[in-house]
Amino acid sequence: MDTLEVKSQWSSGLITRDSEPQGLKPGVLNSTGGAAETAHSQGRRVRKGLKTSIFALLISVVICPVPSTAQIDQIKTGTGLGVEKVRIAVPDFKPSTADTGNADLLRTFNTTLFNDLSYAGIFDVVSKSFYPLTVPGSPQEIQLDAWGNPPPNAAMVAFGNLGKTGDDLAVQGWLFDVKNPTSPQVLGKQYREKATTDNARLIAHKFADEIIFRIGGGIPGVAESKIVYISGRTGHKEVWMMDYDGQSQTQITKMGAIALSPRLSPDGSRIAYTLLGKNGVELSMYSLELNKQVTFPRFSGTTQTAAWSPDGLKLAFSSSMRGDPEIFIADASGANPRRVTANRGGNSSPVFNPKTGAQIAFVSGRTGLPQIYTSDVDGTNLQRMTNTGYAVSPSWSPNGQFLAFAWKRNYGPGAPGGQDIYVMDIASKQWVQLTHESGVNDYPSWSPDGRHIVFESTREGGTQIWTMLADGSQQRKLTSGGHNQQPCWSFK
Amino acid sequence: MIGRRDSSILFATLVFALMLVTAGCGKKPQPVTPPPPPVLAPTASITANPNSIDKGGSVELQWRTGNATSATIDGLGQVDLIGSKTVTPTDSTTYRLVAKGPDGQTSESTVRVTVNTPTPQHGEEPVSLTDQQWFEQNVKDVYFDYDSYDLNASGQQAVAADAKALAQKPGWKITVQGHCDERGSTEYNLTLGDERATAVKNALVAAGVDASRIQTRSFGKEQPFCTESNDACWQQNRRGHFVLSGH
Repeated sequence: MDTLEVKSQWSSGLITRDSEPQGLKPGVLNSTGGAAETAHSQGRRVRKGLKTSIFALLISVVICPVPSTAQIDQIKTGTGLGVEKVRIAVPDFKPSTADTGNADLLRTFNTTLFNDLSYAGIFDVVSKSFYPLTVPGSPQEIQLDAWGNPPPNAAMVAFGNLGKTGDDLAVQGWLFDVKNPTSPQVLGKQYREKATTDNARLIAHKFADEIIFRIGGGIPGVAESKIVYISGRTGHKEVWMMDYDGQSQTQITKMGAIALSPRLSPDGSRIAYTLLGKNGVELSMYSLELNKQVTFPRFSGTTQTAAWSPDGLKLAFSSSMRGDPEIFIADASGANPRRVTANRGGNSSPVFNPKTGAQIAFVSGRTGLPQIYTSDVDGTNLQRMTNTGYAVSPSWSPNGQFLAFAWKRNYGPGAPGGQDIYVMDIASKQWVQLTHESGVNDYPSWSPDGRHIVFESTREGGTQIWTMLADGSQQRKLTSGGHNQQPCWSFK
Repeated sequence: MIGRRDSSILFATLVFALMLVTAGCGKKPQPVTPPPPPVLAPTASITANPNSIDKGGSVELQWRTGNATSATIDGLGQVDLIGSKTVTPTDSTTYRLVAKGPDGQTSESTVRVTVNTPTPQHGEEPVSLTDQQWFEQNVKDVYFDYDSYDLNASGQQAVAADAKALAQKPGWKITVQGHCDERGSTEYNLTLGDERATAVKNALVAAGVDASRIQTRSFGKEQPFCTESNDACWQQNRRGHFVLSGH
């Protein structure tokens, strides 16, 4: 277990109102029982790490109300419910040289580090208005009591200094455990790069990821991860890439046609995407190492929605090369396509289980409106995951346990509700709704640490890219200007 | 001054004339300067060959003028004094050649070219239509129900008519584009567009159109015909759209 953990709702702070244990269906109890072993073994690890106040992210995925259990009329789920998040103070880093260029670099660095830790999902970042007047720039300057007592009442302090000397930028950063005065240092890091704003941001991301790795149960942070997406801001839909926080938005392809559904390879070297051009709808491959298109075989029919296997050796995609749109799995070169599905009605949007590489989830319209299915990569063990409405765009969580997808649950003319992002526990098929009836929300994609989901939403007019924690909290917009859609988070 | 001289000349002339009249009696007439020769009237003639054509056909006009300094033909403007020109009138036309002499005298000649407009037969349009226009008028798009790629009743009628039209143009190749409305996911709509295009192709093939003439393309919801968010607009966007891709 290296990423998300599931806890039963009983220990993770699920709040049900007017509910009674007997009101729950046995199936619900069984499913939480199934997760108990996970939670139990997790508990041992968490206890081991308690010395340094490690709290793992907990997601409670619980329960769709079953009609016969009308007693349950309100359910709350969330990240770390019932678990205290680590309270961390992040005072601004101080200048270590007298260079006039320090001010801009410090502003970028401090903002980036503060945001990275605020959005990490495992911290309660202390508001800066509670900080002592003297801010430390080095271990000699810190007064642990001033941070550990109210008003900051912090458990951890991340602090340090930054200085520009000529073209060089040097950063020293520390993480101190305020409640452990005899040996407070948890982390001490030094960074040296060329003095640019981008590097100030990069160093902040690296330091944030170190802190998140130490405090977040050994799960690497995502501050250095990337998001590929489609933007139409040049007048054509092209593949773009940005940092996980929406910074450094960069155009990748310049095809002058319609690019769609970009997927970054696990090693981050290639982007497979769909190209709608004069040859119809086909798969296309862009190399980020060569900075150009690389050859990929052209199949007949509409071929689209490529997804990488976790080892980077296979691609799953949808193609009508043999008539109906079916799911195929081929080598990453496009060679040896093998058909996985065979049914009337379209199949699209496959994704591999990133934990095992042995299953896929995909969308199929075999019964009418599209629904989410899973199967083994050879097409056996077919499971229908959704049973109503319009369900599309599955994304499989890094730990293999959850599917995020877009669902218009109440479907039909005049039906209430919008299209929202949901997360489903695969074993129990219990789901939880993460966005709530604000525009059309689609195309969720898990972050590599399983703590975040990026998605597209029309809630503010125009399609833009948003992120949120995997419990639906801390929703924030990453893009603006033009239409931006179909985000895909990098594998690491 | 000039007037006085003029009047004295006039007076002299009158006297001279009187003398002539009186002297002429019984006497040989005196020789006189002959009047200037009369200016010859211009001539014009124009012919058309043939003078009856079908619509879209062409006619050779030939014309010839005599004693003219300039010639015009109505509708063609200034022309050579002798010449020919090929014209393609769209309607029956009378061509009038006007020859103008040096003294302003004119002469005309006309020829009428009759353009026969055939009564449109079933499926046969006036030849003046471009192929593209003919295609658009006769090969009509097929519309679909929501989230469906099955041909509904009106869709089947449309395909039947399309197949008949295509049977008259066996050399033409077409592309069927599958389009979807804005609702639902980008990716699933690309499969739906593919299925719509394929459904139209299959129906055409079943109605006798050679499969090798038909390409299919999905556009999903990427190139809508109508961009409003309402039922009427969505219906416009759920279609199999025909494009003439070669002929």
